[in-house]
Amino acid sequence: MDRYTLNKNLAQMLKGGVIMDVTNVEQALIAERAGAVAVMALERVPADIRKQGGVARMSDPKMIKEIKRAVSIPVMAKVRIGHFVEAQILQAIGIDFIDESEVLTPADELFHIDKKSFDIPFVCGARDLGEALRRIGEGAAMIRTKGEAGTGNVVEAVRHMRSISSEMRRVQLMPREERMTYAKEIGAPFEMLDYIAENKKLPVVNFAAGGIATPADAALMMQLGCDGIFVGSGIFKSSDPEGRARAIVKATTHYQDPQIIMEVSGGLGEAMAGLEIDKLEDQYARRGW
Amino acid sequence: MPGEVGKGLQVGVLALQGSVMEHVQCLQKIPGIDIIQVRKPQQLSGIDGIILPGGESTTMGKLARELGILEPLRELIQDGLPVWGTCAGMILLARNIVQQDDVHLGLLDVTLRRNAYGGQLDSFSRTAVIEKIAPHEIPLIFIRAPYIEQWGREVEVLLELEGKAVAVKQGNILATSFHPELTDDLSTHRYFIRKIEQSLLRLYL
Repeated sequence: MDRYTLNKNLAQMLKGGVIMDVTNVEQALIAERAGAVAVMALERVPADIRKQGGVARMSDPKMIKEIKRAVSIPVMAKVRIGHFVEAQILQAIGIDFIDESEVLTPADELFHIDKKSFDIPFVCGARDLGEALRRIGEGAAMIRTKGEAGTGNVVEAVRHMRSISSEMRRVQLMPREERMTYAKEIGAPFEMLDYIAENKKLPVVNFAAGGIATPADAALMMQLGCDGIFVGSGIFKSSDPEGRARAIVKATTHYQDPQIIMEVSGGLGEAMAGLEIDKLEDQYARRGW
Repeated sequence: MPGEVGKGLQVGVLALQGSVMEHVQCLQKIPGIDIIQVRKPQQLSGIDGIILPGGESTTMGKLARELGILEPLRELIQDGLPVWGTCAGMILLARNIVQQDDVHLGLLDVTLRRNAYGGQLDSFSRTAVIEKIAPHEIPLIFIRAPYIEQWGREVEVLLELEGKAVAVKQGNILATSFHPELTDDLSTHRYFIRKIEQSLLRLYL
């Protein structure tokens, strides 16, 4: 069996779970205790990157290694779009998953990383089906919505998930002769449209990311058909990170049970401050293609 | 409702996180089975056997405890309910976990090491014949897998790799480090279903 299949298999093991952004060992331990299935190690959460500006790069390998030593769950880290040397460094560290992420400042405006040339699995963001399939074509073992990171506003993640789902339904309904033209329209590898038509699902798991701040947001994305949840700034920018983290984990497991979502949503204190998308100076989702 | 006359075998899959649907899809290919996805303690009543899937054991263990599933599940297994844990499920069953103070169900008399082969770069697959399960070679997929370093006298080792146990049986408990649910080979699922049938026969005879 090839590495790519093993890497897709790891992504399958994360299904139904919550992956949390952490910036130090202490937060990583809180996330693990709260029931995270994995942590994303980074120096600044997206809300702070947005506030502070400047070029956002891969995190310090020393800090990533410390987090890796501290927890037993998988550790992910981000590289800039197209920055394959940052990816080589993360592979050398031996972490479990690389996020080629629009949250960091892109290193290449034309090309994403050739992910097939790596042994380590990659997750990439997507706004629509074409973008998701281009990343999978390059070797991504997992897809997530781009959403709009660091805003605490779920609207973009919803938009992206709905686009992907509605385009997938279209592919499943269209006669075979329409597929090539549709592949050209959305810029997707043709064989993958065949795969979706036959299997009625993406070839890899698809998580929600970008703007998820509450248990209800997480359950909303799960009910829209996502396989799991990334929470970035939403946890450690809230008033009670541990309580909120636990609540989001439970809401993700019981996303179809309003009674439980209601129970876990109470008494969590302040959620992170939110931002409106059309007032943003910089929309991260527009990075990458 | 589970346990009603005239229904198929009631097989639960602990559905808190992980490779739940993969197990469900394997079970759907075997006739005569009703599948119950267990997310609440009430859903344990009337099941004839349960699968603890792959995923993250810390997440699953924590949710099972907080949702009140862990204790009733432990009692059912102690009373003879057939259970099969794959990877994280094996960790949930283990009595001792290396470098970890707390355990979950603690019923399988083994000392187990988590992420025993290393991180994702060390995940691997291979094939082997497990005589008790099937006469042919079956694919074995190890994803950040645990292995068993030591085991008690009650434990029967079904497969050993380089001195470590990766498939074991102890009475009504079956545990595998690998993930049959990620393959097209249904041998291990069929083996577990046979174990459930045998345990029901023993109940009625």
